[in-house]
Amino acid sequence: MPILEVKNLKKKFDKNQILKGISFDLEEGQAISIIGSSGSGKTTLLRCLNFLETADEGTITVRGEQLFDGKNPVTDPDLLRKMRLHFGLVFQQFNLFPQYTALENVTLAPLINAEANEKAGIIENAKDLLDQMGLSDRMDNYPHQLSGGQQQRVAIARALALKPDILCFDEPTSALDPELTGEVLRVIRNLAEKNTTMIIVTHEMAFARDVADKAIFMDDGAILEMGPADELINNPKEERTRQFLSGVIK
Amino acid sequence: MFLTVTISLLEGFIGTIKLFLLTLVFSLPLGLFICFGSMSKTAVLKYPIRFIIWIVRGTPLMLQLLIIYYGPGIFLGVNLWGGGSNGRFMAALVAFVFNYACYFSEIYRGGIQSIPVGQYEAGKVLGMTKSQIFVKIILLQVIKRIVPPISNEVITLVKDTSLARVIAVYEIIWNGQAFIKSSGIIWPLFYTGAFYLLFSGLLTLLFGYIEKKLGYFK
Repeated sequence: MPILEVKNLKKKFDKNQILKGISFDLEEGQAISIIGSSGSGKTTLLRCLNFLETADEGTITVRGEQLFDGKNPVTDPDLLRKMRLHFGLVFQQFNLFPQYTALENVTLAPLINAEANEKAGIIENAKDLLDQMGLSDRMDNYPHQLSGGQQQRVAIARALALKPDILCFDEPTSALDPELTGEVLRVIRNLAEKNTTMIIVTHEMAFARDVADKAIFMDDGAILEMGPADELINNPKEERTRQFLSGVIK
Repeated sequence: MFLTVTISLLEGFIGTIKLFLLTLVFSLPLGLFICFGSMSKTAVLKYPIRFIIWIVRGTPLMLQLLIIYYGPGIFLGVNLWGGGSNGRFMAALVAFVFNYACYFSEIYRGGIQSIPVGQYEAGKVLGMTKSQIFVKIILLQVIKRIVPPISNEVITLVKDTSLARVIAVYEIIWNGQAFIKSSGIIWPLFYTGAFYLLFSGLLTLLFGYIEKKLGYFK
């Protein structure tokens, strides 16, 4: 059974149909990369999966449990919060909390509902995660004291701290200098090697090919092509995919 | 004479500070409620509150003092404030609290709306509730941003308290002016300026300290 099944997801903003029926599934421990030009609906798809947007139609099922059905969307804030915890999201703009140190950014949410005897473990786990991100000497720094690449790695640790079933990346390196892109990609690559279940929206084609098991090419709100990542990116079947890929530097 | 004047002005200044502090104690939190009301999605809450803010910010505080003090008696025939200096002080306090709460509410609104939506979304995807997001993530960032405009408003309030004398509330200007009649001297009135300067100087230092304390993040 796939860990995530998305069926016929549709989303409209005003008169613009942004998602035109997206269906795919994802096996546990696999990574899927989503490519496509700006405005093709990639980000909206991730936002619907994280329930930052409510899809108009379609279903989202995690581990066989249907979390979302467009016919009868959940509006109860408590339920919505629980649904969100199945997913983690790393934003393009990092969105770290500026008044907290790197470590506090990671521990903030897990500590909120923790029992007193769990706190030490949560802090240990956060330190461990930051260590894996190569930030062991940066834990007590505030976001403005960190480079973009370091900030994004803190954001990844923050998302991982809640142990989501599926970790989503929304163009995690698009706001970074090319120099800093590598360090973030390396971290995501490590996660893939540890079989973290991930959905990665990216414009880094070589990365999308190497890190992911499966790739999706989205165009104008629909999935135009889906397949093994190396096949899709090296030998796309669709003319539109080829056209897109030849336009971006591999 | 100088000592007598100084003591009298100090007594008046206690009235000034009392009005100043009580106004802040009530208007700072009230402003937050007005702010939430003015940002509410419920039209029956939002528009009346924005209308009131418009009235309060659009008319002179001196006029508001007169209307709040005399209005109930003239229009409703009720002696709301009672007689005596306590009644006048209460009326002045109500006018100040209301007026400043409206100004503060707009400062809060500007502060809250200046926080990027990504901060809320980051809290949401981490499974935080609306109130946790506000208290743990948004609030301190808002406070940092509104300290400069709030400090401006607070320093204005120090001087605005002198308007209370139009309904004969005892404060420092009142006491300074009294020397014109009683002793035929005007310098005590000018001398009151030193008290205002000293006090707003202290406030400037205080707000400078708060800004510095919040300077650890950007």
